[in-house]
Amino acid sequence: MANRSLFLKLLSAFVVFGAWEIAGRIPVSYAFPTFFESMAALFKMMFDGSLLAAYAETLKPLAIGILISAFLGIAIGLWIGLSGWFDWLFSPIFIVMQAAPLAALIPLLVMMYGIGLTSKVFVVCIMAMPVIVLNTAGAVRNTPSSLTEMGKSFLASKAEVITKIIVPAASPVIFSGLRLGISAGFIGAILSELKITPTGVGDIITYSRSIADYATMYAAIFSIIVLAVLFLNFLEKIEKFFFAGNVRGYASD
Amino acid sequence: MLQTDNPVQDLPAGHGHSVASSNSSANAVSVRNVSKNYGTVEALKDLSLEFPKGQLTSLLGPSGCGKTTLLKIIAGLLEPTSGEIEVDGRSVDGPGPDRAFVFQDFALLPWASVLRNVSFGLELRGVAKSEREDIAAKYIADVGLAGFEKSYPHELSGGMRQRVGLARALSVDSDVLLMDEPFSAVDEQTRRKFQEDLLSLVANENKTFIFVTHSIEEAVYVSDQIAILLPRPSRVSDIIRPSGLREKDSRSIRRDPEYLDIVDEIWESLRSYVE
Amino acid sequence: MKVFGIRLPGMSSLLIWGLLWEIFGRSGLSFFVPPLSDVIATLFEVIGTPAFQKALYETGYAFVAGVFFAVSIGIPTGILMGKNRLLDELLLPWVNIFLSAPLTALVPVLMVLFGFGMKSIIITTTLFAIWIIILNARAGVMQINRSLVEMAHSFGATPWAAFTKVYFWAALPEILGGVRIGIIRAVKGVIIGQLLISIVGFGALFELYSNNFLMSHFWAVLLVLFAMAFTISEVLAYLERRVSYYAAKR
Repeated sequence: MANRSLFLKLLSAFVVFGAWEIAGRIPVSYAFPTFFESMAALFKMMFDGSLLAAYAETLKPLAIGILISAFLGIAIGLWIGLSGWFDWLFSPIFIVMQAAPLAALIPLLVMMYGIGLTSKVFVVCIMAMPVIVLNTAGAVRNTPSSLTEMGKSFLASKAEVITKIIVPAASPVIFSGLRLGISAGFIGAILSELKITPTGVGDIITYSRSIADYATMYAAIFSIIVLAVLFLNFLEKIEKFFFAGNVRGYASD
Repeated sequence: MLQTDNPVQDLPAGHGHSVASSNSSANAVSVRNVSKNYGTVEALKDLSLEFPKGQLTSLLGPSGCGKTTLLKIIAGLLEPTSGEIEVDGRSVDGPGPDRAFVFQDFALLPWASVLRNVSFGLELRGVAKSEREDIAAKYIADVGLAGFEKSYPHELSGGMRQRVGLARALSVDSDVLLMDEPFSAVDEQTRRKFQEDLLSLVANENKTFIFVTHSIEEAVYVSDQIAILLPRPSRVSDIIRPSGLREKDSRSIRRDPEYLDIVDEIWESLRSYVE
Repeated sequence: MKVFGIRLPGMSSLLIWGLLWEIFGRSGLSFFVPPLSDVIATLFEVIGTPAFQKALYETGYAFVAGVFFAVSIGIPTGILMGKNRLLDELLLPWVNIFLSAPLTALVPVLMVLFGFGMKSIIITTTLFAIWIIILNARAGVMQINRSLVEMAHSFGATPWAAFTKVYFWAALPEILGGVRIGIIRAVKGVIIGQLLISIVGFGALFELYSNNFLMSHFWAVLLVLFAMAFTISEVLAYLERRVSYYAAKR
């Protein structure tokens, strides 16, 4: 059965890339290179080192932004989940942020912080933070009440209930919030490179478009999508590995 | 609320019906005029009840009669609106080392092994790791889970999980064990085995058991004393003390005429309250 | 949250934040943050202008069209994937890839293929919304209770009747859940599309305001946009709760 699944995956990839190749050969548009042209451009960039340099540039705001969002987001989320007062004060902000198209803030951020790294880190943060905060807060609020009661009845102090029961119980959901935050952070990082100043991968995309080198442009876009998808899948695997039995084990199973 | 030496250690363990005296020192837990209101809803009204030391008392009643509320008040997890709880002659107003709780849904930490789950109560009391794991290992063996120390809750069946919950409650060596419908989430056959094990536990450990159940047969089978609670407003309507069942072999109790009579009698008094 | 025994409504703290905004704006600490009262005054001014109404119309048009395509393609695709295993295995990897892919990277491709206009924005919106709609419709069909399917069979339902009278309704809560998340994503997609293709709708308006440093105008439009997005998501959540009653008991 594993063979069937693998075979179908390969078949489906073959069909899609084949369709891309054929569409590029017709061609459906002057701006639509074939699959092999794009892959050739990708390998060329990989070997001359320009792709690596571009990613070093692109991943900088992403990494900084994600780190800030993770620390701040989890801290705020824990606080919101634990304190009714804080929940009342801060939840609405993050609920609105979650629903709102925050990308619209980019022109404002550029005016306030210029076109440098700061603005880009900000963009990543505003995209990534709401889901991290809301997931953390929700997970803390949804700690099974029998677990906290159990802690109390065995004389756990307030701090022990938080560190030994609430935080471990919430950690799978916090982690998946982090993964969703990183996914949104990728969107923000690329958006900021396309909108604010073309650097890194955004620069390759913008520049190759301006000189009509579409194969290189498609290759760069292909690579960033592959990178993001692989990284997020990797995180999902880690999540499954670490928290396999964690959501189960209650009486209601 | 430090645990002190129990001054009344010389009671005959197990055979509880012999100490049905009104002397308060023979009562491990006393509930005095306890009321509990949720907003305008009266969950418990002026309820008083004595729990004799070394015996098993069941709280039995239809759903909504407040039996779990009462148990959680005794545990110190809920605060009564008025009235007081005495454990071993001392008034208590929160959880204490003198009481241990067994939860209906087991309340095991899904991320912790059986060993850590069982030793968790001791961990919270600051017992050193090696010492608490020794104690836990002993109780894991006592409840019949030797060899599963490194397993995780999701790898165990419902019955085994509740054995872990029981071992955790036993390992802190409290005088009073509070059990909230502990067998309701396990299948019928496992449940019968549990009931038999519970009888020998009551006989062998010098502990007081308070046991919430909604099964009449279960209550009559395991109890020294059955408190029937009726709803709206919650009150103790009757206290039944089976007199001759504890001397019987655990396998013949269900055929005993006294057992059958009591089950019938309780059902007659409860049937009008069941929708 | 309770103060002196009175329950404060959920979103009431936004008033406090509004007040803080006003104070901060009046303090003049930042040129970029005008007082809230100024912003609201500008808001009423801006709403009447043809530029704003044109932007609103264009955005609304792109949004509705994008959501329409996402829903009308996404739901049938998802249902077919849930029913047909081969189709499912062929398509699922791609749906999962596009669900987590940074779709902003695809906007430049759309721009060169479909031009700097409405068409690209509509496709961006559809791309943001469709994947989660497909995935949820698929999950909804796949989780239909076995015994419900057997019930339909045992009462002799024709395949079409079973589909329209049982399967669709049994999967409806998940389908609607997917549509809700899809629409929230579509709101973000339509704005991202307009920002990158900044000659239409609010994208053009933002460009205009930020080039002329019209801060209150900028904030006024943001306020309208955020309020509309929030309203849409709350209305959808409300509608979803209305149907969730039968999702809970089955």
